Amino acid sequence: MSAVLVPTPAVARQTRPWGVWGAAWRRLRSDRVGMVSLAVVGAFLLLILLAALGLVAGNWQQEIALPDAPPAFVERAAKAAAATAVVPRRSNVDLSDVDPLAPRYEEWGAGVAKYRTTEVARRETLAFGADRLGRDVLAKAVKGAQISIFVGVLAALLATFIGTVLGALSGFFGGKVGDGLEWVYNVFTSIPGILLIFAFAAVAGRGVQSVVLILGLTGWTGIYRLVRAEFIKHSVREYVRAAEAIGASTLSRMFRHILPNVSHVSLVQLSIHVVSFIKAEVILSYLGLGVGVDQVSWGTMLAEAQGELILGHWWQLAVATAFMAVFVTAFSLFTDALRDALDPKLRGLE
Amino acid sequence: MLLRIEDLRVAFRLGMQRGEMQRVPAVGSAQQGVSFEIPENGTVALVGESGSGKSVTAMAILNLLPENAERSGRVEFLGRDLLTATRPQLQALRGRDIACVFQDPMTSLNPVFSVGRQLCEPLRRHLGLGRREALRRAEALLAEVGMPEPKRRLAAYPHELSGGQQQRVMIAMALACEPKLLIADEPTTALDVTIQRQILELLAGLKARRRMSMLFISHDLGVVGEIADHVVVMRQGTVREQGPVARIFTAPQDAYTQALLACRPTLEQRGARLAVIDDHIAGVEATKTAPIKDPGAPVVIAARALTKSFWLRRGVFGRSEFKAVGRSGEGVSFELRRGHTLGVVGESGSGKTTMGLALLRLHEPSGGPAGGEVLFDGQDLLRLSREDWQPVRRRIQIVFQNPYASLNPRFSIGQTLVEPMAIHGIGRDGTERAARARAILLRVGLDADGALAKYPHEFSGGQRQRIAIARCLTLQPEVLVLDEAVSALDVSVQAQVLNLLKDLQDELGLAYVFISHDLAVVRFMADEVLVMKDGDVVEQAGVAEILEHPRQDYTRRLLSAIPRGYAPGSGVAA
Repeated sequence: MSAVLVPTPAVARQTRPWGVWGAAWRRLRSDRVGMVSLAVVGAFLLLILLAALGLVAGNWQQEIALPDAPPAFVERAAKAAAATAVVPRRSNVDLSDVDPLAPRYEEWGAGVAKYRTTEVARRETLAFGADRLGRDVLAKAVKGAQISIFVGVLAALLATFIGTVLGALSGFFGGKVGDGLEWVYNVFTSIPGILLIFAFAAVAGRGVQSVVLILGLTGWTGIYRLVRAEFIKHSVREYVRAAEAIGASTLSRMFRHILPNVSHVSLVQLSIHVVSFIKAEVILSYLGLGVGVDQVSWGTMLAEAQGELILGHWWQLAVATAFMAVFVTAFSLFTDALRDALDPKLRGLE
Repeated sequence: MLLRIEDLRVAFRLGMQRGEMQRVPAVGSAQQGVSFEIPENGTVALVGESGSGKSVTAMAILNLLPENAERSGRVEFLGRDLLTATRPQLQALRGRDIACVFQDPMTSLNPVFSVGRQLCEPLRRHLGLGRREALRRAEALLAEVGMPEPKRRLAAYPHELSGGQQQRVMIAMALACEPKLLIADEPTTALDVTIQRQILELLAGLKARRRMSMLFISHDLGVVGEIADHVVVMRQGTVREQGPVARIFTAPQDAYTQALLACRPTLEQRGARLAVIDDHIAGVEATKTAPIKDPGAPVVIAARALTKSFWLRRGVFGRSEFKAVGRSGEGVSFELRRGHTLGVVGESGSGKTTMGLALLRLHEPSGGPAGGEVLFDGQDLLRLSREDWQPVRRRIQIVFQNPYASLNPRFSIGQTLVEPMAIHGIGRDGTERAARARAILLRVGLDADGALAKYPHEFSGGQRQRIAIARCLTLQPEVLVLDEAVSALDVSVQAQVLNLLKDLQDELGLAYVFISHDLAVVRFMADEVLVMKDGDVVEQAGVAEILEHPRQDYTRRLLSAIPRGYAPGSGVAA
């Protein structure tokens, strides 16, 4: 044996082989759709980061425009509507004789004069319009992106993590472990989803962290089932047996050998769940169980838009939907590209 | 002439690239297409290794190819050109005038329909028979293909039948409309050797009785020699040689045909190494003399009354024991010396693989108990604790049958080879392990620098099996269990891998447990042979003794079922 194994210095200097991720990155780079969607997702993440640091849309709560100010490009129609709503500024009846407070008006007037008040000129139009309080819809959408994407991605990550780990344990070990986990799964799926979410929400209360926890803890069941099926299939494959024969530990076999081979299931589920959790957050916020009242998310925007639509104020709905559509589409395309890049079997078609 | 194929070329479109359609030729070269003829009441065999285009040629006749195939040339069936025939015209021919039998009967039969229903379909569609009449015909057909209790089998579903019976149903379906031509695409490859013999006899008998023609596709020259009248040898999409079976087998003209005939291990002769196709073409002779093995070499592994059972679930809580090895209670006993090979032979379901895996404790402990003892280095492997087992595990390794399934598709070859060394702490660091991996890859005959960064799917079957062997070698094992390690490989590649295994054995003193259904390969490799049947050892003796003076009926049956190629005056049809 030793005669065979003497390392020759010439070959010892060679670089180590590419890892799976290095190779995947090279493949991803050649995927045009994947790179574009990665850029869009990256731009959103940058926007979120800037929003979180307060550099962008930090003033979303300021009422900088007239209530329901229209977008700049529909200004004219809105002006006509605003003209009808002008309120007369002075009363034309003199009530000072009968007004018991009249003698003190002057004193109060002097007191008020001590304070400097600046009357901010409310803008009549904004680039994408304003909501019923006159807040900038664009700023709200940006700030809302921070909350919505944060909630959607984090909850999906949590659900995928729980589903993958439990599915791996159940599928790999089977037997009593599998039976026990199947029981938990059955309990979770036997309760209607929305009811389960409400039950968790009632316990956890409002707030971003609670929404993440609620969605993550209730949404793992579908992923669990798919991952479990894949693990059952793979755990008897010969390559796993071969790994056992060379002495690889149970954990290594589960997560180093099998998991990369079934990761496409988890990744696709992750992208689907990000989308569905963003929608779930909308429902929760709409019902008052979602993010706090002092926060804004695409969900709260859509909830507000309901009432506005009746009055013909469509811009808040349009902006929130556009943000959501662009992000969700880009995210789905990106996870598709990622899955293709991580699958060596597809190599050669590039 | 029933069928005349002239200058046939098939290419597959692979999609546009830089504005140009990419095509891969599968059959026919730029200079020459494939041409041959099938006479009435004659059997023509297409022989070749995988990728030789033999199946594509046959499927091109009825256009059973995928959408992206492009055919050119001429396929004339009873004077009509099938390449220009419309889809309805072809559909009228399929099943009625030209019928097909495929390799894997399990996947060719629809699992949700009963056998009778599937048999009646072509009868009712092509012959317009009524329900009752079709059933009667179906029963007669099943009786004709030798199915026991045909009436009862009509109601059976495919999974209730054995592999051989399923293939009989497929043949009955193909015969249903009395075709003039039967295309049989590797009809016996998925079957055991004794079942293969039965199916071959059935096909030959049917052909003679019904006066039909047959296009028989096979990679196995032994089978072809027995059944064909005319042989067409294909390689890489072109016809290398064609002629009557007697001439092909006794006086082959083409170097490739000669090499194919030479590199197959036979029962009669036993050299030290097999001829390899490229060597044979180049004129290099295979070594004939084997180094003499030391009969007094130390025993590395010994089994005593080894049994293995599985639990079968019964009801909610109950379970019963199913003895997969050692059914009659005796179990398997053997001694394997350093540098020697123990051959384990048997048909599918005989428990040979279960026995091999039990040696390595690769069954789940909760799956069922193992009995007896396996002695390795004075320790009983079956009773070692987990901690004591890990260092011993390194010294016993296994190579699996399917090289496509036994390598992790997500691991590069470098990772695959470095991992076992990292687990067992062989080599100081990553660099040293990578260097060892390179050295071992070179030893098994692969280009080390190119291979390390690649993934398994970039290699051919033979190369993958070399990688699987290399993975075992990284651990410097003393015993290798080879579980049908060459069964999935082409003849020429099989010869190379078998030679490699012999070289490694001579060089490193490895002991092999060589599990195979192929007696010829076992004869080439083994020193001692265990013949297994239904979980029991039927016969156990030296290789020459087993093959020349078999004592048991079962061993004799196995031996006589092996296709022996062409022998004048013999053959199944005779």
